[in-house]
Amino acid sequence: MNSSTSYDVIVVGGGNAAICAAIGAAERGGQVLLLEGAPQYMRGGNTRHTRNIRLAHNAADQFFTGPYTADEYLADLIQVTGGPANLDLAKFTIRESEKLPRWMTAHGANWQHPLAGTLHLGRTNRWFLGGGKTLLNSYYRAAEKLGVEFRYDAMVEDLLIEDDCFSALIVRNGDTTELIRGRSVIVAAGGFEANLEWLEEGWGEAARNFLVRGTPYNRGTMLRNLLSKGAQSIGNPKAVHAIAVDARSPKYDGGIVTRLDSVVFGVVVNKRGQRFYDEGEEIWPKRYAIWGGLILEQPDQIAYSIVDVKTVNSFLPPLYKPFQAETLGGLAELLGIEREAFLRTMADYNRGAAGNSDARMQMLDGVTTRGVTPPKTNWALPIDRPPYYGLPLRAGITFTYMGVAVDERSRVMDSRGRPFKNVYAAGEIMTGNILTKGYVGGIGLAIGAIFGELAGRDAMTNGRA
Amino acid sequence: MAELDLFAEANRQLTICNACRYCEGLCPVFPALEMRKTFTPQDIRYLANLCHDCRACEQACMFIPPHEFGITFPRIMSEVRMESYEHWSWPNFLARSFSETPKGIWLGLAASAIVFVVAFFMIPSSRLFAVHTEPGSFYQVVPYLVMIVPAIFLVAYGAAIWIQGAARFWTDAHDSQASNNARSFGPLWRALRDSFTVKYLGGGGAGCAYPTTTPTQARRVFHALVFWGFLSDCISTTLAFLYQDFRHIPPPYAFTSLPVIFGTCGGVALVVGVVGLIYFKIRSDHEQAADKAYGLDYAFLVFLGLAAFTGLLTLVLRSTAAMGTVLILHLGTVAGLFITAPYGKFVHFVYRVSALIRFQIEAQGGKALGGH
Repeated sequence: MNSSTSYDVIVVGGGNAAICAAIGAAERGGQVLLLEGAPQYMRGGNTRHTRNIRLAHNAADQFFTGPYTADEYLADLIQVTGGPANLDLAKFTIRESEKLPRWMTAHGANWQHPLAGTLHLGRTNRWFLGGGKTLLNSYYRAAEKLGVEFRYDAMVEDLLIEDDCFSALIVRNGDTTELIRGRSVIVAAGGFEANLEWLEEGWGEAARNFLVRGTPYNRGTMLRNLLSKGAQSIGNPKAVHAIAVDARSPKYDGGIVTRLDSVVFGVVVNKRGQRFYDEGEEIWPKRYAIWGGLILEQPDQIAYSIVDVKTVNSFLPPLYKPFQAETLGGLAELLGIEREAFLRTMADYNRGAAGNSDARMQMLDGVTTRGVTPPKTNWALPIDRPPYYGLPLRAGITFTYMGVAVDERSRVMDSRGRPFKNVYAAGEIMTGNILTKGYVGGIGLAIGAIFGELAGRDAMTNGRA
Repeated sequence: MAELDLFAEANRQLTICNACRYCEGLCPVFPALEMRKTFTPQDIRYLANLCHDCRACEQACMFIPPHEFGITFPRIMSEVRMESYEHWSWPNFLARSFSETPKGIWLGLAASAIVFVVAFFMIPSSRLFAVHTEPGSFYQVVPYLVMIVPAIFLVAYGAAIWIQGAARFWTDAHDSQASNNARSFGPLWRALRDSFTVKYLGGGGAGCAYPTTTPTQARRVFHALVFWGFLSDCISTTLAFLYQDFRHIPPPYAFTSLPVIFGTCGGVALVVGVVGLIYFKIRSDHEQAADKAYGLDYAFLVFLGLAAFTGLLTLVLRSTAAMGTVLILHLGTVAGLFITAPYGKFVHFVYRVSALIRFQIEAQGGKALGGH
């Protein structure tokens, strides 16, 4: 271990919050080092998989299809989460989000109209051209121009904190470890959703059946380290955001392409052949995020989306070909579902849906089943025309909620409610301050950018004013 | 890569892209693939020729190797383009020059050399090395008919092969899953506009990540210079033909005459554009294109550049004793350019413009599938 130069600000992490923090500090003249645990080609954490950001604005423009006021934004947040953990920080985020487009554009972001199939978000969210990785590339170029130093494959193992004050950290690169000193540290290293052993603490063996949608590098090493140094935790340690993804997807980093949009077009059964939830409760964009949790409650954490030839071409083309059979019994065997129970379930469902012939997917059409438990309350067409198709579903975990509490300057709080002097947190690791459960699409990037930039700025002015 | 493997692999990658769609704003290839659920070889050839090799998608993609999805979009498009040039060409034994690139290049070089050497030895040195200033001076070196007859033959042959290639392209378009019914001239105008502005080397507005990962508009400018320069030279040639055969004014024309102005502007644009494109090509990531693509590209660029450069030289030296030599050098390179035109990278414009028209027709008729 050796001791090298000292930096004004060391940023731990390489995603949206981290790079915004590095830019924020470097623009105020700081000598900044950014330590990304992933290799260069995978830099950027889960920001790589993002594509839009939710921003408050008072009027439609070239990209927004209509106004989305700060009040409406806050109301959406309260409705989805049941109330943010820290209302002041939530209001601050939403207020600051109005200024983000200008900041992002100034640092290389380009914009585009909403992607096909996402028009329902065109009023509230703004799409950056090429998605998250292109955005990150722009940010990294901006940071490089400002003189920020980057290191990849740089896993931080420990923060040296004494008397509420950070002095240095220990970073591992392959077989070597190094001590690096800094005047401040900004921890923007994501959550712990890729650490299945940690998730097992809350979920038991079921956690082994999670698929991780994002980077395998979000193992929560820094979160655990901060908690062990007395940082105040915030958020339910068991809570995860999970959606339905194809069970055949990669264990890690399958990203957007593994999601399945077939649920509302048919029924969903577990491996015992039973339905367990109203597939037509709401339009899909409002319900897709609950299906991960529903699948986790099923035996072996697996479920199967069943459709027939009438609707198999109606949803976004799936990554993997659906299993296909001429009879429902044949499909059950192909998928490994209990055959007799499945046939009973389908017979019950088809009796309940008998006579329904027309579904209008753009709206809640009220085409419902009768006398079936659970009911399917919209788009309940019979599944009776072969061939039949099945898609195996697993829970794909997007992010974890538990993080560290921060103050209004993005400084990490200790368990007595006092901030560490020069330890900041930004991004997913502190999103739990605002998001307690559920998700409003695109707020994660807004939180990351705002608190990242704020932390970078504050780290440069802290104690110097 | 065997043909079946090539299309199977392209189909695998396109299916992943169709489930992702993050690149939709970068260029028309992605909106075009979103109009499809499955990808036949005919679809894939069309998409590959719609691809301008700007490489913005490679920069945007989170699934590039070593990710297990292993998306290599610019490269697979390049490989299919190479296959499609050969597939749509005729006759087979000449079409094979696409997959045996050096053969095509040697053919062109040999043609150039033959024209030059034959001319050099057939023309009496008293005429070749003389100073000609009188009207019709060029024809003192190479008689008019000797110059015009092979030229007309070569251009007519090349154009015929191009046209039959385009016909094959449009035959494939008939079994499209997307709309292929043009209802107005709108698609044609829009496609021509996008061709003339080389819009899709613009990376969706941000620029093209070529030759480095930093996006710029430079490659688009160079390509436009080559394109416009070539057209300008075509205009110059046409004007010269009209001057001579209809107004009966024999060359050489004054520096301020229209043929010379168009010719000079075109020549300079071509030389600058070609040098820029070659420089970018050398610096670019060769992994992102088919192995044979670079050879074909260089050969085309070098012929274009030499033809333009020797043309300018002929203009500059036309009142000196070097005119004769420079003129036959020029005619040699032009011969090489047009002999390789149906069997080299020159053909790309036929399929790219066709693909742009087809894209605009499809866009007029429908949208991406599977949206909410």
